[in-house]
Amino acid sequence: MSKTITIDGKTIPFEDGQTIMDAAMAADVYIPHLCHQPEYTPHGSCKLCTVKVNGRNCSACTFPAMEGQEVLSETKELIDDRKKVTQMLFVEGNHFCPSCEKTGNCQLQGVAYHLNMLDNHFPLFYPDRAVDASHPEVMIDHNRCIFCTLCVRASQQTDGKDVFAISGRGINKHLIVNAQSGLLKDTDLDVNDQAAHVCPTGAILIKRTGYQVPIGERIYDHQQIDQVSLAKEHLNHGE
Amino acid sequence: MANKIRVATTSLAGCFGCHMSFLDIDERMLQLVEHVEFDRSPITDIEHCTNCDIGLIEGGVCNSENVHVLREFRNNCKILVAVGACAINGGLPAMRNHIPLEECLNEAYIDGIGVENAQIPSDIELPLLLDKVRPIHEVVKIDYYLPGCPPSADVFWKFLTDLIDGREPSLPYELVHYD
Amino acid sequence: MRQLIQCIAENDHYEVRHLLKMLRQIQAHYHYIPEAAIDQLSGLLKIHRTQITSVIEFYSFFHLSPRGQYELLISDSITDHMLGKQSLLEYMTIKLNVAVGAVRQDGLVSLDNTSCTGMCDQGPAGLVNGHALTRLDKKGIDQITALINQQKPLEEWPPELFQVDDNIYKSGLLLNQQIDQGAGIRLVLQRGAKETLQEIDKSGLRGRGGAGFKTATKWKFCSEEHQMERYVVCNADEGEPGTFKDRVLLNSYSDQVFEGMTVCAAIIGAQKGFLYLRGEYLHLYDKLENILVQRRQNGLLGNNILNAGLSFDIEICLGAGAYICGEESALIESLEGKAGIPRNRPPYPVTQGYLGKPTVVNNVETFMAAAGITINGCDWFADIGTEKSKGTKILSISGDCPRPGIYEYPFGVTVKDILTDCGATDVLGIQVGGPSGTFISNEEFDRKLAFEDLATGGSFIIFNTSRNILDMVSNFTHFFAHESCGFCTPCRVGTSLLKKQVDKIVEGHGSAGDIVALEELCQLVKNYSHCGLGQTAANPILTTLQRYPDLYHSHLKEISFEPGFDLDGALETARRMANRDDAGAHLAQTESEHE
Repeated sequence: MSKTITIDGKTIPFEDGQTIMDAAMAADVYIPHLCHQPEYTPHGSCKLCTVKVNGRNCSACTFPAMEGQEVLSETKELIDDRKKVTQMLFVEGNHFCPSCEKTGNCQLQGVAYHLNMLDNHFPLFYPDRAVDASHPEVMIDHNRCIFCTLCVRASQQTDGKDVFAISGRGINKHLIVNAQSGLLKDTDLDVNDQAAHVCPTGAILIKRTGYQVPIGERIYDHQQIDQVSLAKEHLNHGE
Repeated sequence: MANKIRVATTSLAGCFGCHMSFLDIDERMLQLVEHVEFDRSPITDIEHCTNCDIGLIEGGVCNSENVHVLREFRNNCKILVAVGACAINGGLPAMRNHIPLEECLNEAYIDGIGVENAQIPSDIELPLLLDKVRPIHEVVKIDYYLPGCPPSADVFWKFLTDLIDGREPSLPYELVHYD
Repeated sequence: MRQLIQCIAENDHYEVRHLLKMLRQIQAHYHYIPEAAIDQLSGLLKIHRTQITSVIEFYSFFHLSPRGQYELLISDSITDHMLGKQSLLEYMTIKLNVAVGAVRQDGLVSLDNTSCTGMCDQGPAGLVNGHALTRLDKKGIDQITALINQQKPLEEWPPELFQVDDNIYKSGLLLNQQIDQGAGIRLVLQRGAKETLQEIDKSGLRGRGGAGFKTATKWKFCSEEHQMERYVVCNADEGEPGTFKDRVLLNSYSDQVFEGMTVCAAIIGAQKGFLYLRGEYLHLYDKLENILVQRRQNGLLGNNILNAGLSFDIEICLGAGAYICGEESALIESLEGKAGIPRNRPPYPVTQGYLGKPTVVNNVETFMAAAGITINGCDWFADIGTEKSKGTKILSISGDCPRPGIYEYPFGVTVKDILTDCGATDVLGIQVGGPSGTFISNEEFDRKLAFEDLATGGSFIIFNTSRNILDMVSNFTHFFAHESCGFCTPCRVGTSLLKKQVDKIVEGHGSAGDIVALEELCQLVKNYSHCGLGQTAANPILTTLQRYPDLYHSHLKEISFEPGFDLDGALETARRMANRDDAGAHLAQTESEHE
C-alpha cells in the first residue's frame, strides 16, 4: 500500500521525501507556482503555491507530503488570495507587458491569466530600477525581477557557476551579479547557461530572439499555464 | 428609444488604440447601437458628459486635465471602466515614471537635440504634467477593468453584451491579455 | 588596507561563518565596506563577492558608501517618540548641520534613524559608532556636537553619555536568586542529565521569547537526534521594540545565563554554544567576554569542565541591525555568516540547525530560569504562576509611567496590578508583547499575563490618554516594513502596502473603502507570510481596529474615494518649471474640495 494524501478530496499517492507539490504534479494536479521548478531545490518564497494542510497554510513546494494530509488548493479563498499575491508581484515592479519581449511566454503573466487577474488592485510602486544590457547576448531588466531566485539556483545547480545572487532587504531586494563592475558582461555567464533561460518573467532575456514568435501565437496566448506546466513535467519524466 | 444604455468614452494619456479596437467590432456596431447610444465620445464630439450608464476610460492620468475629465466621468457614469493597459497600470506613458519630470521637460523643451527657442511652455490653457503617470484606479473608484493593449474587439463586445443582457461581466481565458 | 583585511580574516581563520564579525571590524574602521575590501575578502575566504555584498546590503549597520566618522543613529521606537525624539532629531540636524539620512559634507558626521535600541526606559536613545547613548536631551546634543567638532575619540567622551542603568523595580524568583558559579553544572553532574531534564520538564518551563514552546521538550528532541555534533544558542537578539530585559539580564545576571546554557549543553550533549547578541548591545560585549574568560579559568567552560569529562564553550556573536534575526532560523543563518532569512520548516532547528546540526535556540531568560530550576528543583518554579504558565515573567515596562524599568511577576498577574506598581495613571491602553503582540484598551486591565491569556515576550508599553493610537500604529507598521527580510511576497510587498495604506488613512486621505482594503490586506499578510514577522506585522492594525473602529473611521472623508497621493503636490515640479500659480495650475485632492 502506497501512502496517500488528498488534494481537494482527490486521493493522491506519494513517496517519502516528496513535497505536496511533487505529489500533486505527479498526479496531474496543478498548484499555481512561480519560484518553483522541479529540477531545482525548492525555495518557497513566492507563496503562490500556498495550500491549506489540515487547516494550516503551507507552501506546497517545500512542505513534505505526509500520510493522511487533507490538502485544500482550489478553494475560493485560496484562489482569491493567490490572485492578490500575484497582484503584489505586479505592483512592486514595473511590468509593462505590451513593451516586454516576454509577453505571452511569461509565467507571471500566465499565472495572472490563469487566475483571471484583470487589474492591479493595489497602488503601484513604480520603483526606480535599471536595465543591464552590457552582455552581448543576454540582458537583465531589473524592472521585471520577482526575486524567485531561479536564475541563482540554475547557475549554481545546473551551470556550476555562481553568476547571480539576491541582495538587499525587504522591499529593497534586488538581483546582483558576480562581477566587480556589477555588470553582466563581466561575469562568466554564457548564453547557453540554464540560468540565462530559466527566468519566469522578462527579467533575463536572450537578445535578438524576442520576436521570433509573433505575439498572439505564444505559449499562454491559447493554452493555460496549468496544462503547460503539467505537460512539461510529464516530458521531464519521459511520459 | 429612451431606454437605451448611454455610454461615454474618452482617452486620457492613451493613444486611442483602445478606441480603434472598439471600432473593430465592425458590423456588430449596428447591433450595439440598437441598445446603446453614445454620450461624450470621440465618436460623437459631445464635449461634456451628461448622466450615463457606462463610462469607458482609455489611458492613464498624466496631467491635470486628465484628472478633471476622469472626475467628470466618475460623477456622471454609473459604471466606470478602465479600458486597456494604460488605464490599468499607466502603461507605456508610465515608463517615464523613473525619470524625474524636471529631466523630461528639460530634455523635451530645453536641452533636446533640435530644440529651437528653448523654453518651458507656460500658458494657462495648457494642462500641467503630474510628476508621475498614474493608473486611473488611484484617482477615482473604478468598477471594471478590461485589460489589453488594446483589449480586442471581442473583449468590448463580450463586456458590453454582458451588461446589456444583465449579466455580471466576465472575460473567458482567451480574452484576457495584457499585450 | 590590504594588511588590515588580511589580519582580520586571519584572526578568524578565514572562516565564512565569521563574515559578520569581519564586516563589523571593516565598517568600524572605514565607516563603510569599501569595494576593495569586498574583493580582497572574497579572495581570502574563497567565496563569491555576491555572497559578501548580499550580507552587507541585508544588515542595517553595514554600508557600501561612506558614513560619517561619527555615525549617529537615533532610536525610532515609539517610546523614543513619546520622550520627544522627533524634536530632538530636528535639533540635531540644525546643531550638527546634517540632514537625517545624510553625511555632512566634511565627512565627519552622519545622522540617521535606527530601529529600537532597547533603551526604552532611558530614552531618547541612540548609537554613536555602535555604542549606546541614553537619555539624550538638548544639553547632551550640544555636548556631543562639540565633541564631534573637536574630533574627540569616543574613549574621551564623558561616560555619563553612555551610562546604561538596569532600573530593576521589582524582583521575584529569578532576579532575587543568587547562584554560585558552577552550582548548576555540579548538580547536573550529580543528578544526571536525564534526571535534570525531568526536573525542567516537571517545572513546566516554556520559552520566554514569547512563543512559549516547552523547553524540556525542545531539549529532549535535540538530545534524541542521531547526529552527535549539537549546538546551544542563546537568542539575545532582543529586537522587539519596547523589550530590554535581556540587556539587564546580560548586564547583571550573565553568569546565570551562561550557567543555563552549560546545563543545556550537558543535557543535550553539545560542545559548542553561541550567544547571539544584538549589535545594539555592543556595550555589553567586553563585559560578557570577561565573564566567559573567568568561567573558563574556573573550569566551568572549555575542555573537561569540572574534571567531569564535559566539554563546552561559548562564543559571543554580534548582530548587525536586523530584527528578523530574532527568528530562530534567521538567527542561525546569521550565525553562519549569511543574511538573516528564515528557513523553510520543517526541518526545525532541533533536527537541522546551525551548520545543519541539531540545535537548541532559547531566549536569555529561558536559560536563566533553567539554571535556577536545575539548582532549586522543579517545585521552586512550578509552585508559582498559573496552570499553563509556570514561574515568573520578567517585563520591560516603558512608555507613560513614572517608573519605567524591569519588573518580575508570577505569571497570572493582572495588568491592573502592574500599572499600580509602575505608577501609571490615566492609561489609555497598553501594547503587550511589542508591535507583534496585542494592544489592549483600558477596559481590559483585569486580563492576566500568561500564555492562556496575554502571552508576551516581555515588552509592556503604556500609553496615556494624551496619546494618539494611530501614531503608534503608524510607527509599528513602518517598523515592520523596514525590518521585513523580503524573502516572501506577502511580507515583502504586503508590509510596504500596509505602510502606504495606514499613512493614507492617518494623513487624512482615507475614504469609505479604505478600512475594508486595509483589513483585507492585513489578513493577506498575516495568513500567507513565511515567518512570524509577516504573520504578526498586521497585529498593531488588527488589534486596534478591533478595539477602536470609530477612531479609524473618524479619519475618513465622507466621500466614496480619495487618491492615496497628494494630487496638487504632484503638479509642483511642472508648476515651478512653467512658472505658474493660477487656479488651473492646481488640483483639489477631492472633487468636493474643489467648489
